[in-house]
Amino acid sequence: MRLFDYHRPTTVGETSALMAELGDEAALLAGGTSLMNLAKLGLAEPAHVIALRDVDELHGLDGDPVQGLRLGAMTTLRAVETSESVRALAPGLAEAAHHVATVRIRNQATVGGNLVHADPNQDLPPMLMVYDAVARITGPDGVRTVPVADMFVGFFESVLEPDEILDSVSVPPCAPGLRSGYLKFLPRTQDDYSTIAVAAGLQVRDGRITHARIAVAGGGSTAVRCRAAETALVGNGTDDATLTAAADIVPGLLDPVADGRGSSGYKRDMARVCTQRLLQRLVAEGAA
Amino acid sequence: MPDSGKRITFTVNGLERDVVTAPARPILDVLREDLGLTGTKEGCSVGVCGACSVLIDGQLMSACLIPVGELEGRAVTTVEGLADEDGRLSAVQQAFLTCGGFQCGICTPGQVVAATALLAECPAPSPEQVRDWMMGNLCRCTGYYSIVSAVLEAAAAGREEPA
Repeated sequence: MRLFDYHRPTTVGETSALMAELGDEAALLAGGTSLMNLAKLGLAEPAHVIALRDVDELHGLDGDPVQGLRLGAMTTLRAVETSESVRALAPGLAEAAHHVATVRIRNQATVGGNLVHADPNQDLPPMLMVYDAVARITGPDGVRTVPVADMFVGFFESVLEPDEILDSVSVPPCAPGLRSGYLKFLPRTQDDYSTIAVAAGLQVRDGRITHARIAVAGGGSTAVRCRAAETALVGNGTDDATLTAAADIVPGLLDPVADGRGSSGYKRDMARVCTQRLLQRLVAEGAA
Repeated sequence: MPDSGKRITFTVNGLERDVVTAPARPILDVLREDLGLTGTKEGCSVGVCGACSVLIDGQLMSACLIPVGELEGRAVTTVEGLADEDGRLSAVQQAFLTCGGFQCGICTPGQVVAATALLAECPAPSPEQVRDWMMGNLCRCTGYYSIVSAVLEAAAAGREEPA
């Protein structure tokens, strides 16, 4: 591994100034689970690493029913998994966080790192899409916000410019009575990346679906929100025919890459199966 | 040239240590090569196998994935720090002996540290919780049954004899 200079700023402003000074020779370090592996493999060879752990503005997990959740970029996935606020306000997010790798990795990996790394197989992005989460991004010209559903461009590539920092993610208060869940298909080991994973949220009133969200990880170069499948649900009942029809739309919205976890066709088909099972689960939980 | 000699101060197993080294080096290398603490093992070196499990400020982490610069001002516990000053084994260490929770031994320090972290957070885990937590520590000898037994045994011993 190529050695690097190590910097430890204490504010976002200082971090931005360092990034401007060091340019593309610098990489930001949050939990290290991705950057250190890339550095060891020689896929990233930063001459400078800017560690974010002392930047207070990037820490903190706040939640209340009116404001929703604010997850500072440095919030660990373990904190997301175990936080009472997250469990109360966005239980699907706690569930998805629990499914990331192992507890050891979750103690290190962060929400911000997870999003900026833009790995299409990660568990948090589809669930954040289900909750209409919004990323807050600070750059030299100020702050902008981008819905998580719109922040991924391609494999390991997000809309962030090289001089921008993702400082937090906001999860707005969710639709009343929203049921959400995550189904991660893991035919190998439990700490693996998914072959395919589906996140979904349903709001049902008087037997009709009034709000739906479906998003998939591992189905292509980015996590993807499946709007056409959502549209097929809204306004309909919760019968199996409706859920199946929506699930049938999902494979056509994906472009999975064949790898050791399955062929493209297999992943497409399992996305359909997982979507159907997850929707059935959410409906059954609502009826219980 | 990148930093090769920065002073980094942190606590290891209760003792304050000063190391002058490249802050980019993984904690694992500094523990083993600079501080002589070879209990923490290198397995996969990519955060998967758990052989390098250590506690940092009480949290279970992979020493292979963190540059040592990140340790400034923090406290690390390695397997060498689990027994007491007289060398009396911790409940987890004793239970691994009693239950035969190891064979070749290379994963054992990581297993013991991971189990210690579990029982600190959840003193009376169910077998399911033990399997879920310990899932990130790979072992190619035992078949895991004796490891799960050892963790449950340590939890039971901890309940009988409060620290």
